[in-house]
Amino acid sequence: MDLGALFYDLFFDYTLRTVALGSAVLGIVSGALGAYAVLRKQSLLGDAMSHAALPGIAIAFLLTGSKASLVLILGAAIAGWIGTLFIMSIVRLTRIKFDSALGLVLSVFFGFGLVLLTIIQKMPNANQAGLDKFLFGQAAALLERDVITMSILGSIAIITMMVFWKEFKLLSFDPDFGATLGFPMRLLDILLTTLIVLAIVLGLQTVGVVLMSAMIVAPAAAARQWTDRLGTMVFLSSIFGALAGIVGALLSSSIQRLPTGPTIVLCISAIVIVSLFFAPRRGLVWNWIRVRRNRGRLHIEAILEDLYSLASAHDNPEHAHSIAVLRLMSSGKGGVDKSLKTLEEQGYVRSVNSDQWALTKAGVEQAQNLMKIREGNN
Amino acid sequence: MHLDKVGSLNKGDLDMSENAIEVEDLTVAYQEKPVLWDIDLTVPEGVLMAIVGPNGAGKTTLIKAILNLVKTAAGQIKIYGKTSSDQKRLVGYVPQRGSVDWDFPTSVKDVVMMGRYGALGWIRRPGKEEQKMALSALDKVGMLQYAERQISQLSGGQQQRVFLARALVQDAQVYLMDEPFQGVDATTERAIVSLLQELRKSGKTVVVVHHDLQTVPEYFDWTALLNVRLIASGPVQEVFTEENLRLTYGGRVSFLKHNGENGVSNIGQRTG
Ligand SMILES: Nc1ncnc2c1ncn2[C@@H]1O[C@H](COP(=O)(O)OP(=O)(O)O)[C@@H](O)[C@H]1O
Ligand SMILES: [Mg+2]
Repeated sequence: MDLGALFYDLFFDYTLRTVALGSAVLGIVSGALGAYAVLRKQSLLGDAMSHAALPGIAIAFLLTGSKASLVLILGAAIAGWIGTLFIMSIVRLTRIKFDSALGLVLSVFFGFGLVLLTIIQKMPNANQAGLDKFLFGQAAALLERDVITMSILGSIAIITMMVFWKEFKLLSFDPDFGATLGFPMRLLDILLTTLIVLAIVLGLQTVGVVLMSAMIVAPAAAARQWTDRLGTMVFLSSIFGALAGIVGALLSSSIQRLPTGPTIVLCISAIVIVSLFFAPRRGLVWNWIRVRRNRGRLHIEAILEDLYSLASAHDNPEHAHSIAVLRLMSSGKGGVDKSLKTLEEQGYVRSVNSDQWALTKAGVEQAQNLMKIREGNN
Repeated sequence: MHLDKVGSLNKGDLDMSENAIEVEDLTVAYQEKPVLWDIDLTVPEGVLMAIVGPNGAGKTTLIKAILNLVKTAAGQIKIYGKTSSDQKRLVGYVPQRGSVDWDFPTSVKDVVMMGRYGALGWIRRPGKEEQKMALSALDKVGMLQYAERQISQLSGGQQQRVFLARALVQDAQVYLMDEPFQGVDATTERAIVSLLQELRKSGKTVVVVHHDLQTVPEYFDWTALLNVRLIASGPVQEVFTEENLRLTYGGRVSFLKHNGENGVSNIGQRTG
């Protein structure tokens, strides 16, 4: 694929531009609101919502005969909402736990949606074609008016989120405390949940009901790796979502019969993997380095203290000792020679002859300091 | 305010005046079995009160009921004569440390500023004024140098102090605190206690769920003994007796003996 030509098309080709814009909107909105879903540990709820939306889409089409995205999105939103309400009510009114309620609603709604889709496919109506695109998504089928609808609804969602920023932060961090301050937390919960439903249904046409929840969870999970601030997290999450959306949609539009949803999800997965491994501080690689470094440092400190305790048996704290004794004291763990080398570079020990080592004055002081710190901690 | 001068001497006057909290016939049940049963409790203004009782006695539930956070099956709760939903601005809350996710992406200062959200009202964001209040509260609890730190990088005792600072910026009249000493080292515990006593001296009412029976007579001047039912409540000298402790802690005699004796002898020293 010629990258230059792709960029040219991106700006001047109607279809590609529509696809890219739509996917960007979808990524921004699902990324931003997904951050809240993840922080409130509602990732699975997103999955249930998107699956539950399917019968809504089918019923909206059956009732109106229209495939306009506003109509279908509305149907999806209502069904997703009812599904969420079912889950909440089941948990509140019965002894069934959250995860079981979720699985129940997800499979019942999704199954019902599939049945309706099958019925629609068999209808003698030329207009029905394409509704099954809602399963795995088809960005190439986006029209300009779909993108306009998505942009308007998406802007409403993002603006509402920003207006109630402080309230949603409170809701996500400490809802009980929020209630004692006098905020109606149930109402805020309903509002935020509605915005999350909106974010989900906006993406259904592009990504499909099966994988849409990944667009809620994955950008936020990746963003969390890079920052410790809510604002930055929401922003990064939108960027990641948009990036994956655009790249995935363009790939699937330029390669025949490649469904959009899975392609976008592959892109966002790549971002997640990179974030999991390489993000500073929270990343696995970083963690691994830190553990190694700590282990090395602890070992060095242990050797220093061993030398000190050996020497305190003599009158002279700088008395030299054999490396073999140190090896015994560090209970068979290797690396004694390496640690001694490091200590020598730091000026804490000196070698008396090839296998005899002694503390320097600085070394004695350092060992005493370390032991004092240790006692302070206990 | 003249209340600054109110010491233990004229506590009698305060008792005659308004009550900070009045609980009447309160019953709470999460499922069929009540976890609080017919509680009548009066907390006079200006006391520092310990709620004590065994695990599962309903201490947390009582605090949440006063705050209107749990559904009550029966009963009335008044704060300065009105329902607690009318008096939100008067009440400060320190929840149990474990009630939130400390890995939430936010800083110490941001959490403390949440204490001002109620006064800010809808939509308005915290600004310079709120920052200043947050920093000064953090200073009071000895956490100023941690203001910009991400909250997951705090020890248990530090988390507790962040919650305390958040309650301080609420500038409430009545404080309800759920185990503020949990996971706190001895030095910090001292610091928190003197902070609470300062609050009491400035006329605030402070209600604290407390676990360490031995320190009750030393730290508090008022107490409520709770085990599903209210066993007793009133001045520590009067109600913190071995008899009442036995009623509260039931069959756990060995535990009780040790602590009970200590408590009683402490009281003896105090009144003597
Ligand atoms: N959300 C809840 N749902 C059901 N039972 C609960 C809930 N919270 C507390 N309980 C039960 O209510 C009783 C009192 O709990 P709690 O008020 O937390 O006691 P305490 O704070 O004194 O340890 C316990 O038996 C506990 O298991
Ligand atoms: Mg409790």
